[in-house]
Amino acid sequence: MDATAAIADLRELSTQIETVVVIARDGSLVASSVQDEAADRIAAAARDLAAGADQVRRDLGREALAQLQAATPEGSVFLVVDDHRTAVATTGADPTVGLVFYDLKTLLRQIADGDGKAADEEQERVDGSA
Amino acid sequence: MARRKLVIPVVIGAGSFLGTVLYRRRSVRNRTRLDIYFDDGSMVSLAAGSPDADRLMPHADLVLAAAREGA
Repeated sequence: MDATAAIADLRELSTQIETVVVIARDGSLVASSVQDEAADRIAAAARDLAAGADQVRRDLGREALAQLQAATPEGSVFLVVDDHRTAVATTGADPTVGLVFYDLKTLLRQIADGDGKAADEEQERVDGSA
Repeated sequence: MARRKLVIPVVIGAGSFLGTVLYRRRSVRNRTRLDIYFDDGSMVSLAAGSPDADRLMPHADLVLAAAREGA
């Protein structure tokens, strides 16, 4: 499943997630549920948030950053990181934290599975033409 | 006597208002925090007012503002 389809699925299933943006490891925008301009601003601020959290990790001598929640009275920001991408989501105030993290992990897994299928199809195409 | 009758409700009203403001401020502070989870399963919770939270929460506010504008 590609990232856009995975986000559409997530938006249908989740009643709590209001906005989703997926960022590649190199910082580029992969897909989002909002317009490009807003998505770029979300991605930029999320990258700064992740970089700051990574600095906290280094200061504490912990292992790699896995996920975070920034909670405010107006809403929450969630970040989930995998080997290739970061999923960023916003919710209203007082979300069900575990559920949002689960949904974002599922989103990243679906995109990664899509990558694997695309790579397999490409390999089959190359093998077929050889 | 009439003046005292006026002062007591004013003091009670001002106290209630101040209490409401302080309670609301404290509630907002308690609801503002940054929870960071690491690969080993550990996590750290940074409360509003801590240096790290005060440095990082503005980025979260920017994410929320951009999300609201883009919605």
